[in-house]
Amino acid sequence: MEIFTQQLINGLVLGSIYALVALGYTMVYGILGLINFAHGDITMVGALVALTVVQALAAAGVPAPLVLVLAGGCAILVCSLLGLSIERVAYRPLRRAPRLAPLITAIGISILLQYTAALIWGKQYIALPKLLEPAAIDIAGAQLTTLQLAIFVLACGIMALLLWFIKASRMGRAMRATEQNPDVAGLMGVNVDTVIAFTFVVGSAIGAVAGLMVVLYYGIGHYFMGFMLGLKAFTAAVLGGIGNVGGAVLGGLLLGVIESMASGYIGDLTGGVLGSNYRDIFAFLVLVLVLVVKPSGLLGQSGGDRA
Amino acid sequence: MHKPALRHTLIASLVAALLAACGQEAPPPPKAEAPKAPEVITVKIGAASPLTGPQAHIGIDIRNGVQLAIDDANAANVEIGGKKVKFEIVAEDDEANPTKATTVAQKLVDAKVAAVVGHFNSGASIPASKIYADAGIPQISPASTNPDYTLKGYKTTFRVVAHDGQQGPVLARFAAKTLGAKTVAVIDDSTAYGQGLADNFEATAKSLGMKVVAREHTTDKDTDFKAILTKIKGRKPDLIMFGGIDPQAGPMVKQMKDLGIKAKYIGGDGMQTPNFIKLAGEAAAEGVMASIPGLPKDQMPGGKAFLEKFKAKFNQEVELFAPMGYDAVMVFIDAMKRAGSTDPAKFLPEVGKTNYQGVIGPIAFDDKGDLKVGPITIYVVKGGKWEPLEIVKPEGDAAPAATAAAGSAPAATAPAAPAAAEAAKK
Repeated sequence: MEIFTQQLINGLVLGSIYALVALGYTMVYGILGLINFAHGDITMVGALVALTVVQALAAAGVPAPLVLVLAGGCAILVCSLLGLSIERVAYRPLRRAPRLAPLITAIGISILLQYTAALIWGKQYIALPKLLEPAAIDIAGAQLTTLQLAIFVLACGIMALLLWFIKASRMGRAMRATEQNPDVAGLMGVNVDTVIAFTFVVGSAIGAVAGLMVVLYYGIGHYFMGFMLGLKAFTAAVLGGIGNVGGAVLGGLLLGVIESMASGYIGDLTGGVLGSNYRDIFAFLVLVLVLVVKPSGLLGQSGGDRA
Repeated sequence: MHKPALRHTLIASLVAALLAACGQEAPPPPKAEAPKAPEVITVKIGAASPLTGPQAHIGIDIRNGVQLAIDDANAANVEIGGKKVKFEIVAEDDEANPTKATTVAQKLVDAKVAAVVGHFNSGASIPASKIYADAGIPQISPASTNPDYTLKGYKTTFRVVAHDGQQGPVLARFAAKTLGAKTVAVIDDSTAYGQGLADNFEATAKSLGMKVVAREHTTDKDTDFKAILTKIKGRKPDLIMFGGIDPQAGPMVKQMKDLGIKAKYIGGDGMQTPNFIKLAGEAAAEGVMASIPGLPKDQMPGGKAFLEKFKAKFNQEVELFAPMGYDAVMVFIDAMKRAGSTDPAKFLPEVGKTNYQGVIGPIAFDDKGDLKVGPITIYVVKGGKWEPLEIVKPEGDAAPAATAAAGSAPAATAPAAPAAAEAAKK
């Protein structure tokens, strides 16, 4: 039982990181109908910027909480600017182009970001200097570190805040209007360009936080880390119903738990035929099954307006 | 009378130039105008290892070892078959990628290298070995430890490290006898190296009566091992053995600590790097053990001098396999000297008959091309540093054998014994 609890904790923490990244995919998709494949790499940039700041400050003897705040702040700033400029330079000119054009552009931006990062940070794994010494909390025999708890709570907080923001704020209402129909929203006095730019900034900033979390959680970063993370988060967004913010959260958490349980039990269930290295098969199998039964994803509106 | 004399000297010098040009085909023609200087032939030695990517630090280390050997040989004015030889390095990056490795191998063959030092990864050395074999170029891997590498029946494949068939069982015997482990969980990274090492470990562990309570696999790209570690935690093994390299081993050990797993952790040579300690964090890395084929760097017969020379030249510490890379070049040169030729077809048979005293110890090959005397050292992390714990000979049992390779070996095992006991307690 404690093993099951432990796997659940592992899965939820991993899933909350997936969910944060998935938000970036789903928000942009909801508003533009564009799959922003560069989003995973924006997260990677956030992670590496945070790592660099931590490396520089930890050596100078700055206290850990201040280092974290500064690292997070720098990552958010860099990623927001990056998201803003990518939208302005790469996607805005293509907004009326056939849908394939921005998709290919997104893949291009993704590769551009990866190799620019490889130039700046090199292709090696970068280790996080010793910063935090997370304590362990015992929950029915399972270990939950304070870091895991902090990641989970912060992720949930950000997601709740975003949901509230979209529902209750003026900007959120403009975002929902743009999502339903950009042209009509424009006629109603919504500045569509601003709304779209804002969406990119928010998505990228959340991605930066996720990047910081990955760095703190695993203690390493490298230029290619955004690829798999982005793919998983995208899967989570589709699983939950792409375009739906609540769905991204649900999909992310679900995917994390499925992965964790699959790695933990797949070997026993298949009698050792499939090892834990096949866990991704399991995660994607669930995705296929969900999409067969409900093509719009778990929380997606069927026959949605733009999807 | 002046004119004919001038003509004569002109003709004479022309003939001399022509003769010189005919006498030596290999070197570039400009040399022909200096007929009295001894002939200099240029011999290219290939060096193939990952120079970019997560394993670049290890690959560059090998390349630097090769470079140092070539510089030393050039400084020593080596003569082969009465001709002065200038050696040149042709370094290629295989990105630790099996596909890229075959491209690189073809490139080296096309560049007409006389011999190749490489590759680092077993997964790269094995497919590349066919290309070198087809071209008849001898290949010495400084680091590939998968047994399959020398089992292809090629006359051109050699290695200067003990292979996993030797390393895995040594680890298992060490675990059973010295650590007294009864139950073990085995993880590998699904690569030729990692899985090979883990399989060999598992087989010997079982034969020694250890219980393998979990057999898990990850990949060489993964960083999240919480799920498999949690499963392993439930099986409560005495020991976790990992076949893989430091980018995985580091985070894995860190996550092990997060999960409160108390089992001891042991791995192969791929994770015995300073980088591992950085990735895992000093606290989590403490007490982790790993084996390395060969003697400890500073206990190699030529170790101390080599480490100093290397540091002076490249301004960095030896990571892992630079001494093996160095010796590989020296073995080639030694074979060329005995054969009196730099032609691979002529000196290849001599490589097999090598009996050379290298930095790493005596080097001789068996009929497969494997290193005959391959001592293996087990290291432990103590105070943020890898320290030798025990030196084991693959043929013998786990009793710390004083290897013939180093006179200092018995002295090294004596102070290491309390360390072993201490590690066993943890």
